[in-house]
Amino acid sequence: MNLTLKVWRQKGPNDPGRFATYHAKNISPDMSFLEMLDEVNQTLATSGEDSIAFDHDCREGICGTCSLFINGRAHGPEKATTTCQLHMRKFRDGDTITIEPWRAKAFPVVKDLVVNRDAFDRIIQQGGFVSSNAGSAPDGNAIPVPKVNAEKAMDAASCIGCGACVASCKNASAMLFVGAKVSQLALLPQGQPERSQRVKAMVETMDAEGFGNCTNESECEAACPKEISVSNISRLNREYLLATLKGQ
Amino acid sequence: MSLESHVPPGPIEKKWDQHRFDLKLVNPANKRKYSVIVVGTGLAGSSTASSLAELGYNVTALCIQDSPRRAHSIAAQGGVNAAKNYSNDGDSVYRLFYDTVKGGDYRAREANVHRLAEISNAIIDQCVAQGVPFAREYGGTLSNRSFGGAQVSRTFYARGQTGQQLLIGAYGSLMRQVQSGKVKLLPRREMMELVVIDGRARGVIARNLVTGKMESYFADAVALCTGGYSNVFYLSTNANACNVNAAWRAHKQGAYFANPCFTQIHPTCIPVSGDHQSKLTLMSESLRNDGRVWVPKKEGDSRPAPEIPEADRDYYLERRYPSFGNLVPRDVASRAAKMICDEGRGVGDTKKAVYLDFADAIDRLGLDAIKEKYSNLFDMYQRITDEDPYKVPMRIYPALHYTMGGLWVDYNLMSTIPGLFVLGEANFSDHGANRLGASALMQGLADGYFVFPYTVGGYLASSKLEKIDESHSAFADGERRATELIEKLIAVKGKRTVESIHRELGLLLWEHCGMGRNEKGLKEALEKIPALREEFWSNVTVTGSAGDFNQVLEKAGRVADYLDFAPLMVKDALARKESCGGHFRDESQTDEGEARRDDENFSHVAAWEYKGDDKEHELHKEQLTFENCKPTQRSYK
Repeated sequence: MNLTLKVWRQKGPNDPGRFATYHAKNISPDMSFLEMLDEVNQTLATSGEDSIAFDHDCREGICGTCSLFINGRAHGPEKATTTCQLHMRKFRDGDTITIEPWRAKAFPVVKDLVVNRDAFDRIIQQGGFVSSNAGSAPDGNAIPVPKVNAEKAMDAASCIGCGACVASCKNASAMLFVGAKVSQLALLPQGQPERSQRVKAMVETMDAEGFGNCTNESECEAACPKEISVSNISRLNREYLLATLKGQ
Repeated sequence: MSLESHVPPGPIEKKWDQHRFDLKLVNPANKRKYSVIVVGTGLAGSSTASSLAELGYNVTALCIQDSPRRAHSIAAQGGVNAAKNYSNDGDSVYRLFYDTVKGGDYRAREANVHRLAEISNAIIDQCVAQGVPFAREYGGTLSNRSFGGAQVSRTFYARGQTGQQLLIGAYGSLMRQVQSGKVKLLPRREMMELVVIDGRARGVIARNLVTGKMESYFADAVALCTGGYSNVFYLSTNANACNVNAAWRAHKQGAYFANPCFTQIHPTCIPVSGDHQSKLTLMSESLRNDGRVWVPKKEGDSRPAPEIPEADRDYYLERRYPSFGNLVPRDVASRAAKMICDEGRGVGDTKKAVYLDFADAIDRLGLDAIKEKYSNLFDMYQRITDEDPYKVPMRIYPALHYTMGGLWVDYNLMSTIPGLFVLGEANFSDHGANRLGASALMQGLADGYFVFPYTVGGYLASSKLEKIDESHSAFADGERRATELIEKLIAVKGKRTVESIHRELGLLLWEHCGMGRNEKGLKEALEKIPALREEFWSNVTVTGSAGDFNQVLEKAGRVADYLDFAPLMVKDALARKESCGGHFRDESQTDEGEARRDDENFSHVAAWEYKGDDKEHELHKEQLTFENCKPTQRSYK
């Protein structure tokens, strides 16, 4: 396959950035999207040009590092698939492909297609955990969890923190990310003691970090490579309201 | 220097208790006066950084990723073992201990493995308390499955994402301590140098991967939790950022490297599709429960699989191992697949694959039953290969997966450099020559939550440490060495890409120092690696600058270290003239062509000492004694 790529190049957070055009030649349909970019970078390296910076690590769809906005969609056209698991056979010979970084105020560009997602870590620091010191835990089976709740918690916990939800939302809202963590812990007995303070602190930090609000368009769910449901956003709203009413 | 393992005396089940009692304690009020650097935030790193902070120590945690949650522990699928005996099937601490020593083919230290088995139960409790959503029974209790050839059900799991869930649990605890101010978190940092002052590890030099600047960090102890080195083979199931740098640079400062040739090759990976391939994807071993492995009997039979009649198929595992069949251990299955492909009977375009066929299982159990068990794996396979495994057999091939070798540590997890501790996959300790399924997560968390937090106290309480800070000249020296290396890489300005040299090195090692080895091949590799190293340093091209976010430069630094490390791995393989665990030495086999272990000559840990760039490594042997598990030969016939 031969492709034309329009790739966002930006030297750093303060550089305005621009699109640059590259030609990817002799691309095998069996390549992953990232392997196609590797190939382009090899060509750039041999001609002494600065390679295109993009985040990637496990390349099996679980670490949440890869983060490309491909033809206007987070992680590209295939449903429930991270960029690293997207293969070139999903494109046609001769296609022009536009590749951009996640665009959100809370995710400043580091370089080219790489963004800074520290804001997610800072939200988790405000309560995305159960405060349990090593050594203090009771026997595992002393905390029974109904299977149905365990399954729902697992659904929410499968979030990989990639930020596709934010990138695909016109408001750059992080409600799906926050909703997934709040849901996981609200559904489990272990999460109960800190339930109210957790949701309040996480939502407040989310707002302070500059993420937008949810206007119920479910773009996040459509883009999520792990198919996290927007019902987690409903649960987040409910949890937040309850916590506020309790006045804790 | 002699190797002193510091294994405490006494009966095996009392050793750890007694040792914990004997370890000196740091007074609770004094813990805040000590600081520890933790490099890496996978299961071992995250769990230990948070646990140390909970105890009151000041922790600096560095990771190479943009967030600690992305460390490669996240990719572990299968599960985590523990001796809970919730299944009431006769499991016990002793049985888990015994299985792990035997599975490691009697090349691990008994006392360490027993401690691991003892701690396993507390790990499950800790993870449950953190809200890890383990699989549950309808009554709400924890669910177990049998895994990796174990005869009891002792594996706890969270769908196919156990590593992810355990890591997110540990990451949550770490984030809580970052918030409390006890942990200073530094993402996108790569450790460049270990700083040793007066013979003790006192800090690290790290490169800030965003700005390119060298940064100095000092502490009273350093813990390396930097994972394994499978990527020396270029293609492996490891994440791209996994590397040997931190371990190797500590090795050059005096930490012995133990059993570097002990690597694990996983039999069920999706095969290579072409030269562009950047990594291999693992598929759970559980597939072999229902899939049948075969190749055509005739070399060059290019008919599509469904058109090859039964009579022309060779179910070679069932033929050679009638009692275990398709369920032989990882190393046996991997070696057999490579042998068949080397004979020219491999399948697919590259001929580097064998079939894993579910047609019989679908006939016997029905399509729905197979879907329920394996749909996520089948979907993943289809996404990557564009073939429907419900209709045509999967193609699989072995791939590098885990490294049992690593920096040598004593019972306290301390390396041969006082104050430098090594945890998780980065150390050599608990898996001997072959790791069992669902044991890696157990070991990372055992070291992190429940071993190092005690043993570091013992070290700190019994050491007299000078007050220092980053103004000490050793830090300036370290920064200078690190900067020189970076400048040297950029200055080559040759023609070959970093990737192409790495790929060549990987192929060489796969061919000669993979799962089957012999003296001739190993010697050939030893001749070729220095030439490739020479090629790298005279003809590599590293674009971009040192003072910038530069992924090519990062990669070049890693490949430079692989080229230095690879000869040691090969030398270790050459010295170990026996077949054991995950590796097979052609010269050491039984009349039936099976692995023959040589306990008389090789019942030891091979720990290598670095003597200087132009000097040969010196081999030190830690003799292994087995007072509880009497070595037997494995047989799967």
